[in-house]
Amino acid sequence: MGNGTSIGRVRALGAAGHGTHHWLLQRFTAAGNFLGGVFLVASFLFLPDASFATMRDYFASPVPATILALFLISVFWHARLGLQVLIEDYVHEAGNKFAALVALNLFTFAGAGFGLFAILRLALATTSLGGAA
Amino acid sequence: MANRPLSPHLGIWKWGPHMLVSILHRVSGDGLALVGLPVLVWWIAAMASGPAAYDSFLSHATAPYGMVVLIGLSWAFFNHLCSGLRHFVLDMGAGYELDANRRWSIGSMIGALVLTAAFWAAIFAF
Repeated sequence: MGNGTSIGRVRALGAAGHGTHHWLLQRFTAAGNFLGGVFLVASFLFLPDASFATMRDYFASPVPATILALFLISVFWHARLGLQVLIEDYVHEAGNKFAALVALNLFTFAGAGFGLFAILRLALATTSLGGAA
Repeated sequence: MANRPLSPHLGIWKWGPHMLVSILHRVSGDGLALVGLPVLVWWIAAMASGPAAYDSFLSHATAPYGMVVLIGLSWAFFNHLCSGLRHFVLDMGAGYELDANRRWSIGSMIGALVLTAAFWAAIFAF
């Protein structure tokens, strides 16, 4: 193993074995986005109106709430992978790239976490309210 | 920029549908990530917060500027969906012949416009 050129430093170490990991995850989450997106579009088309009562009753019920939660995880994951590629393509300075990737992780984890908390609150709070009414 | 000869980039190529569909895939995907996700989470949080928060969301969403954003996001969704499906076909190793590539590139962009128009026609009609 050489230590001069960059190719010399990695030669003979073998492939890391996860070269396609990012690429594959982008496809797996894309499939989830497709199913969840179709569900969401179909829901908007078939619900009679966009009023609070209609939307709340529908999305607070167990199956739509679960699908919405899974969709949220899938889209945020997919968006994190996609925006990572955007940053790697256009932010060339190492420090700025690192900062942008940190901001990206915070944005996606915070967004997904807050969204999931909201769905949980929606689903659980509505059950008890529905029972009282 | 690196102080060395660089391979020819964006400026010198003749435009083709395969370039446009690729660029629009990135634009619509990043638009969905940076604008669509905050709107999606805002909508969910408004539902969870109660009628007042939801009505506030709805008043923004149905205002003219809100409709511009929502129609734009719906186009981005359908465009990213169509060109994403095109990517699945390309991933299987199909559709690289010049004619087929051109046909599917144009088809996915037109498909996105048709789906967006059909979606809003259905929303406003019923």
